Amino acid sequence: MEIRIIVNGAEKRWNVEPGELLIDVLRDNGYKSVKKGCGSADCGTCTVLLDGRAVLSCSVFAASVDGKSIETLEGLGSEQQLHPIQQAFLDASAFQCGFCAPGLIMATKELLEKETVLTEDQIKRELSGNLCRCTGYENQVKAIGGLMEKKREGK
Amino acid sequence: MTNDPTRFRIVGQNKEKVDARGLLRGKPVFTEDYFPKDALVVKIVHSPYAHARIARIDKSAALGIPGVVDILTHEDVPRIPYTRAGQGYPEPSPYDTVLLDNKMRFVGDTAALVIAENERAARMAVKSLKIDYEVLEPVLDFEKSMSSTAPLVHDEKDSKGIYEPSRNIAAHYEMAIGDVQELLARSPVQIETSYYYPKSQQVALENHCTYAYMDPMERLTIISSTQVPFHARRILSKILQTPPGKIRVIKPRIGSGFGSKQGIITEGYAALACLKTGKPVRLSFNREETFINTYTRHDMRVTVRIGAELDGRVNVIDMYALSNTGAYGDHALTVAMVCGSKTLPLYNKVQGVRFVTDIVYTNLPNAGAYRGYGAPQGLLALDGALDELAARLNRDPLEIKAINSIRQGETSPIFQIMGEGREGVPQIARSCKLGECIDIGKNAFDWEKKRKAYGWDRRTSETVRGVGCALAMQGSGIAKVDMASATLKMNDDGTFNLLVGATDLGTGSDTILSQIAAEALQIPVEKIIVFSSDTDVTPFDVGAYASSTTYVSGNAVLDAAKKVKASILRAAAGIFETDVEKVEVIDGCVKNLTDGKTLTFAEFCTLCFYGANHQQICETGSYVGEESPIPFMATFMEIEIDLKTGKVTPIETVSVVDCGTALNPALAKGQVEGATLQALGTALFEELRFSETGKPINASLFRYKILDRCSFGKITALFAESYEPTGPFGAKSVSEIGIDTPTVALLNAVYHATGLRFHRLPLGSETVFNALKAKQ
Repeated sequence: MEIRIIVNGAEKRWNVEPGELLIDVLRDNGYKSVKKGCGSADCGTCTVLLDGRAVLSCSVFAASVDGKSIETLEGLGSEQQLHPIQQAFLDASAFQCGFCAPGLIMATKELLEKETVLTEDQIKRELSGNLCRCTGYENQVKAIGGLMEKKREGK
Repeated sequence: MTNDPTRFRIVGQNKEKVDARGLLRGKPVFTEDYFPKDALVVKIVHSPYAHARIARIDKSAALGIPGVVDILTHEDVPRIPYTRAGQGYPEPSPYDTVLLDNKMRFVGDTAALVIAENERAARMAVKSLKIDYEVLEPVLDFEKSMSSTAPLVHDEKDSKGIYEPSRNIAAHYEMAIGDVQELLARSPVQIETSYYYPKSQQVALENHCTYAYMDPMERLTIISSTQVPFHARRILSKILQTPPGKIRVIKPRIGSGFGSKQGIITEGYAALACLKTGKPVRLSFNREETFINTYTRHDMRVTVRIGAELDGRVNVIDMYALSNTGAYGDHALTVAMVCGSKTLPLYNKVQGVRFVTDIVYTNLPNAGAYRGYGAPQGLLALDGALDELAARLNRDPLEIKAINSIRQGETSPIFQIMGEGREGVPQIARSCKLGECIDIGKNAFDWEKKRKAYGWDRRTSETVRGVGCALAMQGSGIAKVDMASATLKMNDDGTFNLLVGATDLGTGSDTILSQIAAEALQIPVEKIIVFSSDTDVTPFDVGAYASSTTYVSGNAVLDAAKKVKASILRAAAGIFETDVEKVEVIDGCVKNLTDGKTLTFAEFCTLCFYGANHQQICETGSYVGEESPIPFMATFMEIEIDLKTGKVTPIETVSVVDCGTALNPALAKGQVEGATLQALGTALFEELRFSETGKPINASLFRYKILDRCSFGKITALFAESYEPTGPFGAKSVSEIGIDTPTVALLNAVYHATGLRFHRLPLGSETVFNALKAKQ
């Protein structure tokens, strides 16, 4: 079947099989930032935004996103200007191998776009589904906490 | 070039990770990102039995599925015994593996390979392949492997290097210094205790994966998520009977490894499928396969006997490790030896020490390399035993550990006796700030106050808190075995290509190696263009393991930089038509000291390319460690136990590390924090479990939990920097040591809280709850 979707602001028409998962369709179409760490909705590396909401693309049928809008990490920042989340991660040394970064950055984007400003404990809970095996998480929480602080100050 | 840390300009700074921007923008840099859509799919057909022989294979139904290209079994390949372990050659691991075997040795073992045009066809073929098995009795309990009635895991005739196949012993080692029995007998205080370290898994978030294709010149090209590209080329050459020169192995960015990618696993299958079909093939493990078909930690029972004086001085240590290597002996001997060699020298004041180990086969998934490799298992028992000694003597365990531990300028005879699978080399602890690690940590953690404030008598109706400590050592590469090299090539804009065989797994080694080159050449780190690693392009390096990259590869980069500098001076003397002594390299320029004339590196290199003195400034340096300098660490941990559930929660962990010069403090800190978290996972809940027939029951991230960001309290990593005179700009290793202590520190803290000594990890709530119930 054909689906019509918006990916990172650009309209796409893709042919998908009924059983195909969103992660595979995105990767097949070049959105390689979407990572498969488990394929069973346990690790968070495949997180993308679906109409602004963070979803695990390994657990979403591609056919079900017809008419919706998807954001992946490819849509954030440029060579000249990193997105503020990317910059905060860079400044805080918030990642090592970088495999979990795409999913975590997208999940963070959802949190920052919500109305409420979250405390550090709330950030940890909200992002507990995004696993990282390299870091001790500390720097990630620091980076995201800093972004929350900026949001509180309305910057 | 300076050795004075206060004058370093590039090292010691938190330079931006060289691959950071690409990774943060989600660029296609990992192995799977290179897979073309039309590459053939390779899948493994797994054994459903823990121990079985393939009696008959009927390929017809599977081959009849549209899209299925081929099916490969033991009938299609020659039997060439080898080890998958990516180690220096000749490997100290038994050659007990063949690429496709007719005997299955664990549930999930490779029975056949399916090659298909797409995922769906491959999956259907895996299900449709008919294999009749002759099912054998398995041995699943490693403590029963050596018994005379145990079934034999390796009864084949062609394996080589198995210590005693008739008793399931893959490897054995023993050494003794002094009369251990006599010293134990005449020590007024004696401790004997055993600890169990679980079969945990590395859980690198990127699963193992390989892409293989024939290049236009019909050379086999492998892009793979590997820690050991050069070992991969050598081992693939052997098992595929193809000369190394016809094979190219490329390592792109790696989604971490922690030792799990220090073996030739997906590479062998993908390469075989590529050679058989002549077409590009891709092979990705799913998470279950990464759990079962790669490596795990060697689970061990380690027994320690200590003889000590009443004042707490330790006279003698006797350690025995029974290690479970699973179905194959990858890294069996080396890991078990490290269990002793990277723990026992820490307590070097003894008059006698003995270490004996048996590494046994079972019908369970393969153990292999995993961060710390043996040291975490050995330290669990050794530090636990010292903690028990302190309790017996009613003394502060930190004090007992401190008075017995090694200090700067001291040595241990173990260094010379025990290497890895062979003899070691004599060395002294040239740089050692273990005493400072203890003092800094003690104060930062507030050890003495917390020790008094917590404990069973200070419990509330709901919780009790306790504190524990542990000391650790590690090494920096394998002395006289691990070799690294690096090439520095000058460009006409004043930049340098730094080509290293070293394998950045996400640790940041590309960054610190660039920092070393930049510091040595006194140029900004941005002028270094680092590339790792490609066996066609980069010079040899054993790869990333045994905490070797900073020290061994770092010294190779330093050697290359020194040679390049000498080349620049020689060439500049030619251009300036003066003596080489009259030329200097200053701030990215060459300067003629006679007339003060300077050329920038860009101007100079342009003249080298296009002027009368044609030459390419390019040098290769290499290094083999004469020693394996020891990083040290002291860890302090506070835990809380919920008395209603038995749940143990880490509240605060403080680790102070002496890694010599921290070349990039932010990256070094990240290594310690990440290792701490991995160890806490093992302490609390990480263990692969199997059914009575050997079937894995928790090989998914849903059932095998690793720590998320909520459940471990605060982690602090501090440094007591020393200066290692043999290290690049004073550096030693930092990547593994952080995983050694948290497990045992947690058990020690639980003892402080409850008076209960647990000897088995992971420490589940139920175990603690039942023990508390029995106590009350």
